[in-house]
Amino acid sequence: MKTLLKPAQLIPMLLLLVLAVIPPIAAGMDDNFWVAFFARVLVYGIAASALNIALGLGGLVSLGHALFLGIGMYSVSLPSYYGVTSGWLHLAMCVVACAVVGGITGLISLRTSGIAFIMITLAFAQMGYFVIVSLKQYGGDDGMSITGASSFVGLQLNTPVAVYYAAWVLLAALTYWVYRLRTSPFGMTLRAGRQNARRVMSVGLALRSYQLAAYVLSAVLCGMAGMLLANLNAYASPSSMSWTVSGELIVMVVLGGMGSVFGPVLGALTFLGVEEILKAFTEHWMAVFGLAILGVAMAGKTGLAGLLEKIQPDTTGATNALSKESAK
Amino acid sequence: MSATLLLAQVLNGLQYGVMLFLLAAGLTLVFGIMSFVNLAHGSLYMLGAYAAAVVGVQTGSFTLSVLAAVATGAAVGMALEWVAVSRLYRRDHLDHVLATFGLVLFFNEVVRMIWGSQPVFVSLPESLSGTVDIFGFTYPTYRFLIIAVGLLVAVGSQWLIHKTRVGMLIRAGSVNPQMVSALGVNIRLLNAMLFALGSALAALAGAMAGPILSVQSGMGEPVLITTLVVIVIGGIGSVHGALYAGIIVSLVDTLGRTFLPMLIREFASREVANAAGPALASMLIYLLMAVILALRPQGLFPAHKA
Repeated sequence: MKTLLKPAQLIPMLLLLVLAVIPPIAAGMDDNFWVAFFARVLVYGIAASALNIALGLGGLVSLGHALFLGIGMYSVSLPSYYGVTSGWLHLAMCVVACAVVGGITGLISLRTSGIAFIMITLAFAQMGYFVIVSLKQYGGDDGMSITGASSFVGLQLNTPVAVYYAAWVLLAALTYWVYRLRTSPFGMTLRAGRQNARRVMSVGLALRSYQLAAYVLSAVLCGMAGMLLANLNAYASPSSMSWTVSGELIVMVVLGGMGSVFGPVLGALTFLGVEEILKAFTEHWMAVFGLAILGVAMAGKTGLAGLLEKIQPDTTGATNALSKESAK
Repeated sequence: MSATLLLAQVLNGLQYGVMLFLLAAGLTLVFGIMSFVNLAHGSLYMLGAYAAAVVGVQTGSFTLSVLAAVATGAAVGMALEWVAVSRLYRRDHLDHVLATFGLVLFFNEVVRMIWGSQPVFVSLPESLSGTVDIFGFTYPTYRFLIIAVGLLVAVGSQWLIHKTRVGMLIRAGSVNPQMVSALGVNIRLLNAMLFALGSALAALAGAMAGPILSVQSGMGEPVLITTLVVIVIGGIGSVHGALYAGIIVSLVDTLGRTFLPMLIREFASREVANAAGPALASMLIYLLMAVILALRPQGLFPAHKA
């Protein structure tokens, strides 16, 4: 089991284990803050990992993933408003809506690339935002509170701890899946396309279809994070789908390490952690935070996952490819 | 619907359109020529509005306040270009997004620190706060002024880009920057000037918008995103495209918001119309963008003929 000893794999596992025992410890200390905080880390970790499939593996700079987070949130709050609390129905609605919206916007956005792709994904997300804001009967600008949480058979997402463990399981499964996906033919095609689209297409692979599939997958998973977020906050509001949220998700992915397996989760943890620490010092933490993000962008390094790799460089092709990819 | 309502809405659309053009003109050049994604353009619009508000209160002169906004925009733009942006030109678009996203958060918070989160209201001088009467149709003088300033800038930028030496260098730099630099032109200075000019125009838009909108932290982002739609529709890097697309987008938006709910009311019940009308109207410009992209991914008025 030599592979288990590498820091790049050991640390994610350790972190997931630590995250698994946080709710009982916090309950023992009678402190609700930590459960709520780490539940947010898990949920944003899922959203960032989802974005990473499009952004990190596929190189699709989507500045509109908050749209899917929002669709996920409103696929809990809208049925709940009409008294339907079946979690399966919420999930089905979320998956179908994200897949349809992701498919349509993806088809149009992928006709362009580079700057135009960034702007178009942003514009579509903003369109969704304004639609929600203008629907006054569903709270409009103020959002709507959720009285009935999603309930699956034997599991009701009505407490922070329930959401916490649901998010933990989803995140662990997603992490393992992305780990397998990176080195699968699908993942390799995406990553190759990120480095040189023309070559991939000249080999005869329909790269656009691969990218569209990655975009839709990423949209659906992001929607699921939105479902969990809505249950966690017992609230759905347009402000959680504003364009700054899309920006924050990108920061998490880049901070953690683009295209790496666990990087986005580390990014989410660092992002939310630094936010809490700065908030403790100053009301105007966002000014410091903004400059920090500028600094990260100017430094342009491989992210936290890249640092972990450097602690003990390994020789397998798959992980080496990561450092090269991210160094680009 | 009466003819005067239609005329008023068309003029409102035109006024909004030239504002969008002021923002889009600088941004489309930065996108097209330096291939740089600048999300912080809306921050310069906001800074322009605040600079004008502060100087306007201090001096009481509208002209001075607009000049101060333009100077602030140019100075901040120049400083940004020098400190951060010029180091990022050669990097990935993702780095541009990150860096300018950080700048947006920074500027919004700095403004909140200095002026608080309450909106600042800017009053107009008496000479501009009246209305103009044309054959019984009245329209605010100030909105005519905005249209005039916007059209003046449009003519000026056309002249700059197509009739002057600097414009020639800008066009050459957009095609082959290495060659221009090899011919002995200081391309870095040229880029910095261009970035500062774009920033000054954004600040001018902010100063002009101050009296009709509320001046507050974060005011730049909604208009920035509409500006991005304008740039995508007009074609990236195309200044005349920015003007036409700005007017198309604003007319569609203004007329859509006024007449779409009325139109739906003709076919459906009042309740449905009240719910669906505003939602559909707010989607219109994005739908327009989607349709145009599906048919012409390079935009309606591309800078370079393919």
